[in-house]
Amino acid sequence: MPLLMDTAVTTPNFDTAPINQSLTSEDKLRFLRDMMRIRRFEQGALQQYSQGKIGGFLHVYIGQESVAVGTVSLMGANDHVITAYRDHGHALAVGMNMNECMAELLGKATGCSKGKGGSMHFFAPDKNYWGGHGIVGGQTPLGLGLAYGIKYKGLTGAALCFMGDGATNQGAWYESLNLASLWDLPVVYIIENNQYSMGTSLDRSSAFRSCLAERAAGFAIDWDTCNGEDIYEVRAKTQIAIDRAHKQSRPTVLEIDTYRYYGHSVADAKHKVYRSEEEIERYKQNHDPIRLWKARLISEGVLAEGKYDEMDAAAKAEADESIKFAEASPWPSEASISEDVYFEVDRQTIAGRTGKHFFND
Amino acid sequence: MPEITYREAIRHALAEELERDENVVVIGEEVAEYDGAYKVTEGLWKRFGDKRIVDTPISEAAFIGMGVGASMLGLRPVMELMFWSFATVAWDQIINNAGFVRYMSGGLINCPIVIRGPANGGTGVGATHSHTPENMLANIPGLKVVCPATAYDAKGLLKTAIRDNDPVMFLESTLLYGNLGEVPTEEYLIPLGVADVKREGTDITLIAHGGAVLTALKAAELLAAEHDISAEVVDLRSIRPLDEETILKSVRKTHRAVLIEENKPFCGVGAQISSMLMQKAFDDLDAPVLRISAIDAPAIYSPHLEAKQLPRPTDVIAKVLSIC
Repeated sequence: MPLLMDTAVTTPNFDTAPINQSLTSEDKLRFLRDMMRIRRFEQGALQQYSQGKIGGFLHVYIGQESVAVGTVSLMGANDHVITAYRDHGHALAVGMNMNECMAELLGKATGCSKGKGGSMHFFAPDKNYWGGHGIVGGQTPLGLGLAYGIKYKGLTGAALCFMGDGATNQGAWYESLNLASLWDLPVVYIIENNQYSMGTSLDRSSAFRSCLAERAAGFAIDWDTCNGEDIYEVRAKTQIAIDRAHKQSRPTVLEIDTYRYYGHSVADAKHKVYRSEEEIERYKQNHDPIRLWKARLISEGVLAEGKYDEMDAAAKAEADESIKFAEASPWPSEASISEDVYFEVDRQTIAGRTGKHFFND
Repeated sequence: MPEITYREAIRHALAEELERDENVVVIGEEVAEYDGAYKVTEGLWKRFGDKRIVDTPISEAAFIGMGVGASMLGLRPVMELMFWSFATVAWDQIINNAGFVRYMSGGLINCPIVIRGPANGGTGVGATHSHTPENMLANIPGLKVVCPATAYDAKGLLKTAIRDNDPVMFLESTLLYGNLGEVPTEEYLIPLGVADVKREGTDITLIAHGGAVLTALKAAELLAAEHDISAEVVDLRSIRPLDEETILKSVRKTHRAVLIEENKPFCGVGAQISSMLMQKAFDDLDAPVLRISAIDAPAIYSPHLEAKQLPRPTDVIAKVLSIC
């Protein structure tokens, strides 16, 4: 089973797709900047992790940036995003700022979830970003629910539900596909296929004919595959799915091939055992989304070399600043452990003041 | 006051809240065209139509999770589980998503969902269909848990649960669905976290929830008639939040307590309350707090034994007599 990206350098040009033709130079530079910001943010996070300042897991998105940036760039007012635990890229792409994200990683009170969620649980409902979910595949019914809510309210919108290739082997997703098709729900399941579910490669984890997305055919759901290294292609194919959601209220499964340079999480010490150093290097050299987009913009005359360095320096400075912000931020108070459990208790409504909600004493 | 069944009381609560708030939607297996596996939702589909009363395939993980996702966007889904026993296949959605999304988002997201359905043994359906998971659910900070015993309580509590902005797990009983009770025609709400003294007494407090309340009431009747013992029956109604004050007030009056539940003993609701009484009513007690639960084995099928596995009035009387 060949990896799409290893074979398909001959993909057609997607720059001529209508959704891409309307892009301004500014838009294109913004995509570059957003990808660079994600990378610099996570490089900063990796450094913090290695210094022991970030607990638990840190699932790094580096190598996959074009997927979040390309897809999220298409979102309208009633489009929503939900993803799994490798969520930093989507968070920054929807417009969360580095400070609140880095502070969350360090477990500080100024974090986006007040230090209660950590790396896997970033949320920004004001930006239509619904997390950030730790259980593999567990977010797939929630994405369905967002689509249900959109449709119930009579809005024209789509729920973009991201998931990894590993999540395609979870049962809840298949139940969700059935409901999505049965009820014509405007959900787009975007499989970010980075070829490994933790340490198990695609061919050791998943049975399929041509690709994972093809499984959607059994539910009468339209599906497609996509080369994730090219933002033009990501945008062109995602737009087709979003249009299908908006105009026909129909679901799509879109499998986007991509690659992560780091392990499943930073705690994944064996990531150079289950795959070769050469493979990682090959992706970095030939398929890196930032490198490719940079070359593209230079060839289009949109980007000057000096400008790139300037953008990179700005992204790094922003990331450095976020580390300073996070380090200087206070820890959450001990009392806050019991806050944000119940809405009614937090608001001290009559319901929140009736009966005992917590049982330590 | 007119008498209606527990089943009708739930249906009336649903209908009133559907009427009141267009964001309320009833979703579950066989709730619409089939009129409900236990006829709780009978007639609602005809009255409210496809949008408000929604039949699902047998896919608890997806449709419960879907309800959670929709509630994050402001809907107020009332999800029916044909049996609470089926929650096991939707556990991740109930615990991690409904239970924790508010916490993990630092309070940015709330989840005003109700998940309801019967949770009881005693109907000859074997262990897989006889779960009583109120203790497991109440173990999750973020969830609320309600177990009504009467028609009046079922209606008032369900209406409150639907209006509550936190996820409420509403555990009914197929054995109670046909029970008649007085229910006023005018609107009323019963707050969560308020227990109800179902029978006043002076010698001992019987504390129960759900179907076990009726067992306790029957036992109290027999204790008065045959043993001259005046038992007070406290119906918890809501497990989390819990009304400790009413429990303590009663025990401080009677100085004795027996806890009755149809759940299994290990870490049951009674264990939580026993511990609380030990801590807060130690000096008021004249006897050890005793517990009665289902016999600690998976629910047996055999009709000959099934009723004996669950607490019976005779079990309650024996326990009471051992300390009175």
